[in-house]
Amino acid sequence: MTLIRTFLKRLVSMLITLIGVAVIVFFVIRIVPGNPIAMMLPPGAGEEDIARLKALYGFDKTLPEQFLIWGKGILAGDFGTSITTRQPVMSLVLGRLPATLELSIMALVMAVALGGALALAGTRQRGGKTEAVIDVTNGISLSVPDFLWGLLFILLFGVLWPVFHISGRVSPALDLPFVTNFYLFESLLRLRFDIWLDLVSHMFMPALALAIPLAAIIAQLLKQSLKETMHLDYVTLARTKGYSETHVILREALPNAILPTLTLVGVQFTFLIGGTVIIERLFSYEGLGNMAIDAVINRDLPLIQGIVILFAVIFTSVNLLVDLTYALLNPRLRHG
Amino acid sequence: MTDFSRRGLLKLSAATITLAATGLPALAQEIKDLVIANNVNLPSWNPTVGTSAVNPTIQGIYQSVFDMFIAQDTDLSQTPGILTKWGWNADKTKVEMTVREGVTWHDGTPLTAEDVVWSLERAADPDGGNPIQFIWSTIGNFEISGNQITGDVLRFEPTIFKWMSFLTGYVLPKAYIEANGQDGFEAAPMGSGPYMVEKYERNAFIRLKAYDGYWGDAPEFKTVTIKFVTDSAARVAEVESGNAHVTLEMPSEEFDRLRAGNLMGVAQPISDIGMIFFNDIDVMKDPNVRRAAVKAVNKQAIVERLLSGYGVPIDTLQTPEYSAYDASISTPYDPEGAKELLAASGYSIDNPVRFTIQTTRGFKPKDYEVIQAIVGLWRKVGIEAEIEVYEIAKHYELRATDTLAPAAFYNWGNSIGDPTTSTGFAMFGPSPHSVWDGEDLVGMIAPLWGEADEAKRIDGWKAVDRKIADDALVLPLFQYVQPILHAPGVKVVPHASGALLPHLMTRS
Repeated sequence: MTLIRTFLKRLVSMLITLIGVAVIVFFVIRIVPGNPIAMMLPPGAGEEDIARLKALYGFDKTLPEQFLIWGKGILAGDFGTSITTRQPVMSLVLGRLPATLELSIMALVMAVALGGALALAGTRQRGGKTEAVIDVTNGISLSVPDFLWGLLFILLFGVLWPVFHISGRVSPALDLPFVTNFYLFESLLRLRFDIWLDLVSHMFMPALALAIPLAAIIAQLLKQSLKETMHLDYVTLARTKGYSETHVILREALPNAILPTLTLVGVQFTFLIGGTVIIERLFSYEGLGNMAIDAVINRDLPLIQGIVILFAVIFTSVNLLVDLTYALLNPRLRHG
Repeated sequence: MTDFSRRGLLKLSAATITLAATGLPALAQEIKDLVIANNVNLPSWNPTVGTSAVNPTIQGIYQSVFDMFIAQDTDLSQTPGILTKWGWNADKTKVEMTVREGVTWHDGTPLTAEDVVWSLERAADPDGGNPIQFIWSTIGNFEISGNQITGDVLRFEPTIFKWMSFLTGYVLPKAYIEANGQDGFEAAPMGSGPYMVEKYERNAFIRLKAYDGYWGDAPEFKTVTIKFVTDSAARVAEVESGNAHVTLEMPSEEFDRLRAGNLMGVAQPISDIGMIFFNDIDVMKDPNVRRAAVKAVNKQAIVERLLSGYGVPIDTLQTPEYSAYDASISTPYDPEGAKELLAASGYSIDNPVRFTIQTTRGFKPKDYEVIQAIVGLWRKVGIEAEIEVYEIAKHYELRATDTLAPAAFYNWGNSIGDPTTSTGFAMFGPSPHSVWDGEDLVGMIAPLWGEADEAKRIDGWKAVDRKIADDALVLPLFQYVQPILHAPGVKVVPHASGALLPHLMTRS
């Protein structure tokens, strides 16, 4: 019952958050300077032409009227039409979402693998040179922003030793027999390893650039948690039973030490998705972030609104999932 | 589960690297499929509606697939395209056009005079969403006889035929669009140009295939991939690594560095210019301040030192390729003269005139640095300008509402080289693109819009440019030079409009 109550409470709070985001994004992007009509005005356009274009795109109505029209549309599942592409916003953002999700998930897997390995190695070799090297590596990884890692990888793996593709999501020469936009997952399901390898070759550098700072955070937090746990009585007891250090760390300490890291990973995943905006641009990866930058440059207001709402849905959903997972894993929360 | 053993994963990793390595093209190989790393995305396949229609940077892609009413040569001059003849009757009350025979759409059906008329009428429809509707609506009531079209001049527009090689001036397939709708057309665009669209991934790439039935010279590269690589570092890396064969718009230092190595490059002046708008508000109402601001700028030094020589200093809003260019109009660098002018208005280095200058940062190469340099030059004569950085979208809005700062940097494109689309729209007060409202200039420009005598019209614009230079109503800076970097295996023919056209590229 406690879990259900928590879920319902969070669901209500999620809905309120989304309404708040919708209101803020709608009005803020209309208040800041730069409107799409001014951008598409041809040389020599007169007042009549401006009025005609405003009416065509619905900007001739008052802001509250525009908001009501947009709000009604959302309730009917219609997020409007993109000004630059003349395509429905919903299909555009949902079409790009899989690319961003796949990139984020790949980055998360890399971050957990790298961060986890560093934390375990640092705990195993605590107090020694290895731990010092890991701490320095963590410091560097945290200090350098993801887009600089991206530039470094482009130079290293794109130019000097060109083993990975620099831009895009998939090679244009490949014909994709897919029905979804989850290319990475679908290529595996269809056993099309040629396409899968091509996709990985495109995703590797952007995913790694996104993963490195997160890996450092995971490594630091997990190592700290493990260190604290290693001093607890039940761990000492395990040692006295003669278990190896590796067994003690992996089987005894890790299950308890991992809880704070799990929460962090959940929260950081949302930031990771936010971070894709710059990285997708750098690697010309055809995801939601790249589309968001184009939408902002072109002042494509309906598209900006759609993307922000979708990001908000992702953020709140992931946070909800993390809270529920935490509640499930933590007996104290589970039993109220 | 055994598939994911450590050994298995190692094998997979090795395979990934091997495939990636072997799959990447080498620079020295003969180019079979041309790959271009383009600097901008193509948001829409509709070349006549929305922001894409008036975006000059993507017109090259459109021109690879669609034909314009009238073709344009690499020097901006017009040449026969879908229309082989065009003009007015003697009293300029009618337009007369001849449609090329034997042209086919990409599906093999013939392109007819009906398609041309339908495209013109569609462009002129006030509810059609064509941003250039105000030009296209100046002709109408078309009649077709075979491949001849005649139409009424509803309002005389001397540039109507020039617009047929400019924004939204594309011939589109009537029957195909009527059968498939606008959405169907955008999903599977069809034109009559040198290339057919084989595949389009939004924000990612376009794959083009040469159209065998093209009426013009057959493109040498039968398949072309245009990748959208918006980051200049990634774009350069694409060409350096051999992943792409041609790219454009990179920092001049990078261009020089790579051109000195294994890659080749062409750099030719294009029709875009850098300029500073003066808004006739505050201190800019003082002609001494404006004239001093113009005289104090050493354009040659800016081009040489900041743009590495990739620019051509200009003193009017016309470049040498434009039809109203007048080399005799000049505003030479004269810092002492600037000081004298400022002194006459009571300003000096110790008591400088102050105003704000707005600029973009990174929208065009070295835009902010150029303005920094100009502010430095101004400071030496007694002008203290504060730099305000804004986004290009804000510039458009401020300009349309006539609320730009006293000075504002902008780059102006004019790929048909007519004075109306440079000096005219930039300086005619009632235009939403002008912030100079002086009635005397409005009085000079107004009669030129409908001037039927071409020689008189061009002379009129030259006189306008002379007045603008004499009164320092704007500060023209330089004509941009477009750097294009390419692999040794391809020969690139640059176009003065700045459009990168794959059908002009050949193997070298």
